[in-house]
Amino acid sequence: MKKKWLASPYIVWMIIFIVVPVFLVLFYSVAEQTEDGWRLTADHFRRFVDPIYINVLIRSVVLALVSTVICLLLGYPMAAILASKEYSRKKIMYLLIVMPMWMNFLLRTYAWMTLLERNGVINSILSLLNLPAIDILYTNKAVVLGMVYNFLPFMILPIYSVLSKIDDSVIEAAQDLGGNNVTVFRRVVLPLSLPGVISGITMVFMPAVTTFVISRLLGGGQFMLIGNLIEQQFLSSGDWGFGSALSVIMMLLILASMGAMSRYEQENGGGALW
Amino acid sequence: MRFLKKSYVFLIFAFLYAPILVLIVFSFNESKSRANWDGFTLKWYMELFQDRQIMSALYYTLLIAVLSSIIATLIGVIASIGIFSMKKLPQSLVLNLNYLPILNPDIVTGISLMVLFIFMKMPLGFVTMLLAHITFNIPYVILSILPKLKQMNKHLYEAALDLGATPVEAFWKVILPEIMSGVITGFLLAFTLSLDDFVISFFTTGSGVNNLSIVIYGMARRGISPKINALSTLMFVSVLLLLIIVNFRMSKDNSERRTKIERNKENNRYLFNPGRDI
Repeated sequence: MKKKWLASPYIVWMIIFIVVPVFLVLFYSVAEQTEDGWRLTADHFRRFVDPIYINVLIRSVVLALVSTVICLLLGYPMAAILASKEYSRKKIMYLLIVMPMWMNFLLRTYAWMTLLERNGVINSILSLLNLPAIDILYTNKAVVLGMVYNFLPFMILPIYSVLSKIDDSVIEAAQDLGGNNVTVFRRVVLPLSLPGVISGITMVFMPAVTTFVISRLLGGGQFMLIGNLIEQQFLSSGDWGFGSALSVIMMLLILASMGAMSRYEQENGGGALW
Repeated sequence: MRFLKKSYVFLIFAFLYAPILVLIVFSFNESKSRANWDGFTLKWYMELFQDRQIMSALYYTLLIAVLSSIIATLIGVIASIGIFSMKKLPQSLVLNLNYLPILNPDIVTGISLMVLFIFMKMPLGFVTMLLAHITFNIPYVILSILPKLKQMNKHLYEAALDLGATPVEAFWKVILPEIMSGVITGFLLAFTLSLDDFVISFFTTGSGVNNLSIVIYGMARRGISPKINALSTLMFVSVLLLLIIVNFRMSKDNSERRTKIERNKENNRYLFNPGRDI
């Protein structure tokens, strides 16, 4: 088939709607309008090196990392249980994990406000049981909870799909060779499931570090996370230069973590496993 | 041990479903506040259809989802065939650019498109939101179709031409049926992504054109109307019913086992789309 030209409409589309916008953001991040026209500047990036903004970046990364770790700790056992032989109704279980994602995520996050409020559902149940009330709404804890809630399926599903593909005879062989359960897990199952763990980590960390909705609904302040900061620059302060610089920093952050992940994946994809 | 496992699974599901349960229960709540329960009512389901704001948001959500997924599928099918017949180097360049909207955080995609539209002096509204949705949909359509093209026998198309078909006929009668499952997957993926999008729509719309997510976001701080709960309960139930029907029909045709497995794989990919963030 010599039909190369069929791609040209989309190539034009890509240039207009994908390439040009990215270059515009890059342009605004290093340009400044003066009376004589545009001139190059590093001011927007220099402005970022302020403890207030550095702290926002650190907080975004820390909260996203904490959520990723919690998702991994909660998700791995869940994936392992679902992948084990005892569970016969696998398809239904799989659907049950995917189904919550069909309801609008804003609404599900909002429902957590109902649950977590001082007079909310959870506290009503706790007071019925004569337990002390919890008050975490509009704190970092609530934001982490929101992230874990929204992204947990993204951790469970890739690990589950890797675990369920592991050949049972490999595990039996390890047991026959004298490995106890812990050794078999550590030396055989865990290394084999690593690709799933890595894609799970990527798929939780990326959206968690860039969100501005979860922190807006469940968190307190004006700009909790870098996503909120970017939104504010474009929609309320109208400071496109600084907002673009922040977007460039966010893109670099994502690129860097993707690079780190893919390198790790390659190292483990080769002979290292066996 | 078995008991421990069962309770762990139960706890995780309780965690995942607690907010959904709350939403559904509160759609039947007499009181407008989300704090207390005042008794059972169906009035929010009645009032829902008289609410101008919600109905207009529903209209725009569905219209944009239908239009953007159809246009993205059309462009995507044509582009996939073009990309497939490209030489190695330009092909990988185009594919990498195609990945950009998938890898970029939604907020960056949304903002860069907003900057573009304002730069081009286009008033933000229905058209800009539609263009944005088409832009983030096409990459997923292409990524669903390309594997099908690779699986296809290269000589089928040539054979059709040798047997006297025009290129257009060969496309309709030979290529399209071969890649149809990929086209459908891509279309459904585009449709659901568009239906559920918040971040990109938020930055690229204006002048009163809102989708449901934007309306919900606007309401969230003041308190969401139970009418929204009613609407999402209805939508959730309809998706559930659709799924049960599809599953029922799928288990009925046992004769086509191979295609069923294939279809399952595709369904899973479409249900579970990693690229989108929140």
